Order: sequence, then structure tokens, then C-alpha cells
Amino acid sequence: MATTRMLFAGFGGQGILFAGKFMAYKGLIEEKQVSWLPSYGPEMRGGTANCNVIISDDPIGSPIVNKPDVLVAMNLPSLEKFEDSVVPGGKIFVDSTLIDKKVERTDVEVFYVPATKTANDMNIGTLANMIMTGKLIKEIPGFEMDSVDKVLGKIISARHQDMFEANKKALETGYSM
Amino acid sequence: MSEKVLMKGNEAIAEAAIKAGCRFYFGYPITPQTEVAAYMSKRMPKIGGTFLQAESEIAAINMVIGVSSTGKRVMTSSSSPGVSLKSEGISYLAGCDLPALVVNVQRGGPGLGGIQPSQSDYFQATKGGSHGDYHNIVLAPSSVSEMALLTAKGFNLADKYRMVCMILADGTMGQMMEPVAIDDIVIEEVEKPWALTGTDCKRPRNIVNSLYLKPEELERKNFERFAKYKTVEENEVLYESYMMEDADICIVSFGITARVSKNAIVAARAKGIKVGMIRPITLWPFPKKPILEAADKVKAFISVEMNMGQMIQDVELAERCKKPVYLCNRTGGMIPSPEEVLASIEKVNGGEQ
Amino acid sequence: MAEFHKPKALTDAPLHYCPGCTHGIIHRLVAEAIDELGIQGRSICVASVGCSVMAYDYFDVDCVQAAHGRAPAVATGVKRSDPSKIVFTYQGDGDLASIGTAEIVHSAARRENITVIFVNNAIYGMTGGQMAPTTLPGMVTQTSPYGRDVNTVGYPMKMCEMLSKVDGAAYLERVAVNNVANVRKAKKAILHAFTNQVEGKGFSLVEVISSCPTNWGKSPEKALEFIQTDMIPYYPLGVYKDIYAEGGKN
Repeated sequence: MATTRMLFAGFGGQGILFAGKFMAYKGLIEEKQVSWLPSYGPEMRGGTANCNVIISDDPIGSPIVNKPDVLVAMNLPSLEKFEDSVVPGGKIFVDSTLIDKKVERTDVEVFYVPATKTANDMNIGTLANMIMTGKLIKEIPGFEMDSVDKVLGKIISARHQDMFEANKKALETGYSM
Repeated sequence: MSEKVLMKGNEAIAEAAIKAGCRFYFGYPITPQTEVAAYMSKRMPKIGGTFLQAESEIAAINMVIGVSSTGKRVMTSSSSPGVSLKSEGISYLAGCDLPALVVNVQRGGPGLGGIQPSQSDYFQATKGGSHGDYHNIVLAPSSVSEMALLTAKGFNLADKYRMVCMILADGTMGQMMEPVAIDDIVIEEVEKPWALTGTDCKRPRNIVNSLYLKPEELERKNFERFAKYKTVEENEVLYESYMMEDADICIVSFGITARVSKNAIVAARAKGIKVGMIRPITLWPFPKKPILEAADKVKAFISVEMNMGQMIQDVELAERCKKPVYLCNRTGGMIPSPEEVLASIEKVNGGEQ
Repeated sequence: MAEFHKPKALTDAPLHYCPGCTHGIIHRLVAEAIDELGIQGRSICVASVGCSVMAYDYFDVDCVQAAHGRAPAVATGVKRSDPSKIVFTYQGDGDLASIGTAEIVHSAARRENITVIFVNNAIYGMTGGQMAPTTLPGMVTQTSPYGRDVNTVGYPMKMCEMLSKVDGAAYLERVAVNNVANVRKAKKAILHAFTNQVEGKGFSLVEVISSCPTNWGKSPEKALEFIQTDMIPYYPLGVYKDIYAEGGKN
């Protein structure tokens, strides 16, 4: 794995930025070079949200992901907006609970994950993002679950330790799908 | 070295300022720099510092003047339209020879413009920006680490030269997170015998003032100030030279566009085009000398900027029109892609444009 | 008989004010208050823009010269930097009630522990007699040559009345310096405003109705009469707010 450029996209409130931050911290703990760049502005207030994450063995130039290797799409507008930008041979992760549409591209690998439904069934309705992330970790060569405890310890504040287990469960569920 | 953590550029500025001994922050909310204020509002009360959300940008910069006149480290931060409002106060800071750190996390303009990243305040920052003969030291970070390092350095430079030091960042730099360890910050203390500390009835009073009604006096004051600026130009230029050893084409770019350009340079070299970059870290003083030296070696320059072409004028002045300088730009909040910069490199390499 | 001498908190510099101008009296009252409270060594003056722009030449304390209207913001910075200092602004009507309206209102709202000396002479003196925010209705100035027409340029700003509605303001009084009795009252008010700050009581402002013989086109004597006959009826003297006084509000 030289460089993996990821784009997480969905609605505000789905934990898009958090999922990206999780991956960035994962890279940091694994001693990779990382960058995380959120969309910002009015879309943060209820509209669409996305973030660019780069994990690399080498120093990162531009933190902007125009051509992602990995797209995580958690709503239809995001899939429609970013599907074409994925590099040939790239991977698209689709939350199939929220997106009926199939990916039209044939030169990318697609994973349909019923993340929102699974999260609801497990009573962790806000953690579809981490189910998607668990699946992503499984499917991207070079990513492993080893560092998950340490990463969650970093990004979940001590006040919300109950969230630690829930996030871990969501990641493991995604990883096993 | 302490453990690296992921921080937004805006937060790195705030934390570095605190580590650099700044205990006074005055500001006003504006996207995309508000995290600086938010961070300060959390931290300052816990360390005996002052965070105050002013009624306006104008009031904020004048509060900065007040604290600076007492000799203490102080800062404010804003984004483009807010910096325009602060400009009056920045001129007064210059006229009073007061040190201060001002952060501009730029967004697109003119007017209310947009909120996406931009470098269109280059002229405003590097040419003074407000009325009168003066300069600010302008530092242009290109990573979250540099947001921190240059903030700390900025306080030292401001104190050393009794000048405003401006961090000229942009929305990307402010919003992005990268690993950073904010340590090894050196506070260079300087004596401030001019500060307003109360005479204690033991010394003649100090006056911090920019009013000189006698033109001879004001002229002399400006001459003195520009002698100081000359010292700054001679001693404080910072830049990064990237792959310039064998370069035929020299990109000049700062901040986020310098990072985009690095991707393009790597891609161009993979195609056999010898291109390098001079990245100004100080925009004022501008790295004139390395650019002039490069002019004898390269066949062309490309100024990569997020504006309609502002720094390009300084590049042309620096290389004294020895070689053509081309512009590769986006504006209004748009960021050039590495492919666009690469296309520009290929065009220049092919002798087009 | 008491000996007459210059307050210590004034320098020896000759005042540049016009003959008959009452700035000199007000400078003296401020300096006397500083002397009496023994705070010269820890006082910091924030000079403003207008006739009193060179206040830093006259008060023998550390001084910073502020941009037009911004003195209360600068004073906020100075005071926050070291609350043990006694910080005062000396502002005219254009500075405080026009270009600096936001700064004075918000400094009051924050209950900044500073003292504001507000000199209201209903005109822009330094620039040669233009209409001020406090110019009386019908009053002729260089930029209201047919008299201030309230239908086109609006009404004068009554700052004490306005600030009295700001919860943060601690003490507001309007005084005049047109006769001996009023000068004595002005002295008392200014001393009170400084004492408040020494005692940490918060934002105190004294509005001083002052004269401008030169730009009013009157002799010094007639100008003082004009204060009595025209200014005071529009700007009634008195305490507008004193939250620490008996029965004081807020």
C-alpha cells in the first residue's frame, strides 16, 4: 500500500467526518502519513457532508481527494456525485439500506452493505458509519483490525466510554459482513 | 518529542499560540477560522488567559492594540472579510510599532465572496493592506505542522521587530487535520521598555502613538521603519526549495497550492519533465534572491495560485523578467487539481502558452 | 487661603486648545482626581481622535493613542492585560457617539472596569466645526449650514440616557463646566468615576457638557451661556445610573 485516497460522503449527522477521522487516526497509530480534510460550510448544517482521507507510506502532497481509490457512499446524492470520480480499479462501498441504485461503473469493485438496517437491528442506529468502516477495513489490502482498540481510545472521549464498545461492535459487524 | 495527535490547522494555531506564551485572544466568528476562537474560548480560562469575543472585528483588533501596548503577547484571527475590517487597526499597529499576531484563514472574495479556500488576499497581506507606508511579516504555512511552527515563530518575529506578523493560511489549511506534535516551542523574550506598564512615578511616561503632525517627523519615522524592514528582508526570508537541482521549469507556489503542485511535479518528473518548486514560506519578505538565481537556470516559471494572479507580480519583479512567468490559477474558492497543474507544466514545457 | 498649583498628573506642555475652550478645565479635573487618588503611577490614558487627540501630551501618565472611536476597545485590551492599572479614555462626541458607538455600548455591556470621560460640545472641533451626533436640532454647523434638520439627518444622541438601559453600565452622570458650581459637581463626578474603577466597580462614564466658542461662533462667555440656555435643556444634568448608590438599580 503506497497511498490510499478515500472519500467518505453522506448526510450530515451520519458520522461521515467521524468515520474519516477514525481511519486517519488508524493510519497515524500505524505510523503512516495521514491527512483528513472535511467539507465545510452550510452543508455541515443538515445537508451533505464529506471528508477526504489519505493514508500513505510517503509524505502527502495535496490533501484533496479528487480521484478516490475508495468511496464510501451513505446516501444517493453522494453516490451520484462521486461515482465517476473513483479511479478505475477502485472500490465503492454503498449503504444499500439507503441507496436503491446500483453502481453503473463496471471498472470498479462494489460492496453493497446494508449498514443502516444492520445498525438499526442491533440498536446502534447511529453507527452505520462504523459498520461501513469495518467492511472497508476488511476489503482494503493492508488494513487490519489490530489497532482498533487503540484508535477508538484516541477518538472517543473518556466521558463517552459506553460508545467505545458500541463502535467496536459496529466495526466488527461490518468486518464480518 | 511528544506523541503526535491529529489536529485541525486552526486548532494547531491556537495551541501553538498558547505554547508561545500568548494569553490574550480577541476575535469574532467567521468561517473558516472559527475553530481558533472556539479552541481559545475553551483553553484560555483554564490557564489564566483572556478570551474575549468582541462586538466586531474592528473592536477585536483594537483590543489587540490595547494588550500589545502593555507589552504582552496577543493575537486575533479571522477570514478575509474580517481581515479587511481589521485593516484599520493593523495600520495603527504598524504606525505604533506594536507587535501582534494576526491570522487570516482566507476564503474567496471580493465582498462577502464565498467560504471556500482562497489565496486572494495576497496583495492585501503582502503590500500592507491598509493606509500608509508599512509592511507586515507574512508567513504562509503549507501543513498543519507549519501552522503551529510558524505561529510560534510569528510571535518571536513580531516581538523582535515590533511588527505585525500575519499567518496567511486558507480554508483548507484551517480545516484539514494532520498529525502534529506541538512542542519544542522556543519563546524568544525581548525587553519592552516602551510598554505601558504605569510609570510607578519612577520613570518618564511612555507614549504609544502613531500621530505625527510634523511631516519631517513622520518622514523620519517612516525612514526608520523602512530601515528596520530592510533588516527583516536581509535576515528573515524563508522558503523551501523542492527538486530544483536540475529543474528546467520552476513552480512558485505557497500554502495549499504548493502541496497540489508537489503532486504535479512528481507526475511531471515521471513523464521526464524536469520541474521543481520554490515555495515561499515568508511572503513578505519575499524570497527574491532564490528566484533570481533560479532565473539563470530554468527556462520558465509557473506561478500557481488560488486567485487571479497576485503573487505572479512579485515573481516577475524578483526574476527581473529574465524568463517568462506563466500563471496557473483557480479562484473563487476553487482549488487547482494536480492534473491542472500538470497540464500547465506540460504546456510550458512544450513551449506553448 | 488655598494655594493654586498645577496637578502632578498634568505635564508642563502648554495646551493647544482654543481660547475659552473648556477642555483645559476638564483635563485639570481628571488630573486632580488622579492626584487625589494617588494613582498617577498606575494610570494609563487612552487618547482618542478629535480635539483631545493630543491628550497624551498633557496627562503625565503612560498613554496610548487610539483610532477614531476605538478608545473603549483599546482600553479593554489595556485593562484586561493588567487589571491593577487604572485605565481611562478621554473621548469627544464624534468619537464616542458616532464612529465609536458600538465600542462604547459594548464596553458598557461588558462592564469593563474602566473610566470614560466623554466631552460633549455638540460639534466636530478638530476638523473645523462640522455637525456632530450631538449637534442640537436647528443648530448651524459647517455641514448643517441651514441648521440641523432632524427630518433628514435625525436626532442627537443622548448617550447617558441610552447607556442607562445597558445592564452592564455601573455609573453614568452628565455634568457641565459652564460655571463654578457645575465645575465642582463635575469634579465630584469624575472623582467618583475613577474611585469606582479603583474599587473594581465597573464601567463608569461622565459626560461633560462642554463649549466650543471657536466653532460655535461665540465669545467664550456667550458660549458658556449657550450651555445653560440651549445645551442643558436638551441634555439634562444628573446621575443617570449608579448601581451602587442607595436605591440604585441593577
